[in-house]
Amino acid sequence: MVADVGLVALVIAFFFSVYAVLASIYGGLKGRSAWVESARNASLIVFPLLSISVLAVVYSLYVLDLSQAYVYDVASHAMSTFLRVTALWGGQQGSVLFWAWIMSGFVLLVLIRKWEQDRELMPYVIAVAMLTTAFFVGVVVFITNPFARLWYVQGATDLTPAIFQPANAMPYIPEEGQGLNPLLRHFGMIGHPPTTYIGFTGFVIPYAFAIAALITGKSRDDDWIRTTRRWTLVAWIFLTIGLVLGGRWAYDVLGWGGFWGWDPVENAMFMPWLTGTAFLHSVMMTEKRGMLKQWNMILIILTYALTIFGTFITRTGVISSVHAFAKSALGPAFFAFIGITFLGSMSLLFYRWNSLKAEHQLESFVSREVAFVLQNMIFLAIAFAVFWGTVFPLISELVTGNKITVDPPYFKKVTGPLFFSLVLLMGIAPLSSWRKQSLRNFGRAMLVPFLGSLGITAVWGYLHRMHPASIAGLWLVSFVLLAILAEFWKGIQARRHGRGENPLVAFGKLISRNHRRYGGYIIHLGVVMLALGIIGDTYFKQETQGTLTAGQSLSVAGYSLRFEGLKSYPGTDGREIIEADTTLLKNGNTIRPMQPRRDFFIVQEQPVTVPAVYATAGTDVYILLLDWQDDGRSATFKIYINSLINWVWGGGLMMILGTLIAAWPPRGGKKETTYQLRPQVFGPQPSAGD
Amino acid sequence: MKSKVLLTILTIAASFFAVYVVYAQEGRPGYPTDDQVNAVAKKLYCPVCPNTPLDVCETKACQDWRAQIRDQLTKGWSEEQIIAYFVDQYGQRVLGEPQRRGFTSMVWVLPLISTILGLVVVWQVLRSWKSGKKSQTGIATAAPQVPVDIQALVEKELREID
Repeated sequence: MVADVGLVALVIAFFFSVYAVLASIYGGLKGRSAWVESARNASLIVFPLLSISVLAVVYSLYVLDLSQAYVYDVASHAMSTFLRVTALWGGQQGSVLFWAWIMSGFVLLVLIRKWEQDRELMPYVIAVAMLTTAFFVGVVVFITNPFARLWYVQGATDLTPAIFQPANAMPYIPEEGQGLNPLLRHFGMIGHPPTTYIGFTGFVIPYAFAIAALITGKSRDDDWIRTTRRWTLVAWIFLTIGLVLGGRWAYDVLGWGGFWGWDPVENAMFMPWLTGTAFLHSVMMTEKRGMLKQWNMILIILTYALTIFGTFITRTGVISSVHAFAKSALGPAFFAFIGITFLGSMSLLFYRWNSLKAEHQLESFVSREVAFVLQNMIFLAIAFAVFWGTVFPLISELVTGNKITVDPPYFKKVTGPLFFSLVLLMGIAPLSSWRKQSLRNFGRAMLVPFLGSLGITAVWGYLHRMHPASIAGLWLVSFVLLAILAEFWKGIQARRHGRGENPLVAFGKLISRNHRRYGGYIIHLGVVMLALGIIGDTYFKQETQGTLTAGQSLSVAGYSLRFEGLKSYPGTDGREIIEADTTLLKNGNTIRPMQPRRDFFIVQEQPVTVPAVYATAGTDVYILLLDWQDDGRSATFKIYINSLINWVWGGGLMMILGTLIAAWPPRGGKKETTYQLRPQVFGPQPSAGD
Repeated sequence: MKSKVLLTILTIAASFFAVYVVYAQEGRPGYPTDDQVNAVAKKLYCPVCPNTPLDVCETKACQDWRAQIRDQLTKGWSEEQIIAYFVDQYGQRVLGEPQRRGFTSMVWVLPLISTILGLVVVWQVLRSWKSGKKSQTGIATAAPQVPVDIQALVEKELREID
């Protein structure tokens, strides 16, 4: 019954979405505001309708209505209520519905907040955003419906999920569900899909405004950029949180001591992050200097295409095998949607190409403009390398029939030098100024950070001389760090001398008065921390593996692990736990007992390795129980010494903090006052529609 | 009671024996340690579960493959020989890095070409922006009706903000 209500609401939501697209385009083209308002009302109703559908799925999961195919797939009696509710996004059907629901929520917010402000753009903003919503709702209705029931067809071996009763079938209600994949039962994987989807759908908003600006010819003035700046930052922040949570999940659950495996699904999410980050930077250049307008469009169109592509890869499994593509209508539907929207957007862009010429000329090659352009190009080169490596197995299979895989070594080798250049630019760019600068001034700004970094690297290099390959990376990190700190130092000094503030007050005011700029620097500091973590992971990681009987020890990097014994006991959520009692020692001194475990999920017949981790600021000792023999009298352990890994998480948090500061609304509720002083005000004023 | 004591003694003896066996195996020259096996396995990728290096993969198949590597190391095979054997048996996909010949070299070459191309385009664009300066200044001098002193003031504030 509840499921039926959800299904009906879903179907109505689909019709309203399609209507909103058609009515808004018609209203926009013919200049009939009644049609546009009607489209707006239709769009507003989609969110409540989809909320009913989402609640219906959540309710079915909560009461464990096993007549529903989706509930049977992702829930079971052994799962806690909390886990059952989060199973909404644990499988394909639920997560696509969830995607559409968040998308419709964004549309609702935009319509409430921006309706009065951007009336001219609105018809097409509605059209683009609702087209995306309609596509996803359509996919949920027609291809991957969470309200399908289970049916037993006479003579069939498997159960058939279907909305309507197939011929010769009777309803079937299993006694127990299959339950959520045990690997997904972790806070990282519970938080990862919602944050990622908010990030993905969030980027649809700037895209919708960009397309609307192109259609109306208002792309020449950059209002759409100012309108969507904070929306873009919100999308970016959530995508970043999603990446960090995903990395933490991999580290805690997958049991290989790493956080990033260059898996197609990870890459799928990383690519829109890369182009989105490039977009965030290129719009700054447009705001400051009226340049890169065409480029902004390309980046936001790419980002949109990549978010849909990301959902496509994650949800169809097409990369692991070409055959996954043909398994359901999902693959072709996504493929067609991405193709049509991408080609449509690009055609529109080329149509308006000439109106998006730069308002200003480049004054010098030694300027921040050049750094920005280079940085954008590198972001795109990385995105391309990741894309190419991700899809290459498919291309290889199609062209030569030869199945290959492209694994981390490829990605590290290809993107490593590009990331190095990118981080280097991140250090140099703030030291350069907009417009022009003498080489001499530029050199002077570089001098202190450069000399300082050489000093730090010399000491560091001496201490870590057994890892010569790491020295370049360490130099890079210290140079960029000093360059950013120098910016803070200069700002604080200026306030101290100008206003006589004490350093702490000056620091606080520096950030609060100029939160976009210093929020940006804090994000950059986060990147430096992250880079340090990656250097640790690349060069300083150590590992050992061995089989121990009680009392024996396994040693690596000054730590040793003593095996005491093995025990087993039943755990929550339908698992049986095998736990090893061990003691961790450093240089012979006991640190603390550690319990690496293995959890067997009985229904799913799946083991999950749960590492025991001893974390310090510098190092994680990451212990895995791999195997045991002779009724538990001996056991095999693997120990990873993960140097500097916590800087990865710290860096992620710092980036999020910086973005919050940068996105914080300006004081006194006045909106976007910082834009009043644009240099291009003094240039020729573009006339609308040229 | 007696049988219990006997059992205990036997168990203890057995565990000593187990320790001896482990020691004996690790100490024996030519018998590879887990770390030596992993060092080779790390360079191979699980043929059944994509993107998982063989040294961390937990499937039964991968355990067998690791056992096979151990046997091959015991027989004195070199790392290259073992890798060649696996490529021969299961195809190129056991390699983490696609080979740099034939069609597969495209995966390496294209990112390089695109980066170089990107740099060339960036250079061209920057040059065209720079060379167009004259016409721009012509318009710019005609456009502002802002008094010079106010313009200077705003420029100064702009610099302070930057």
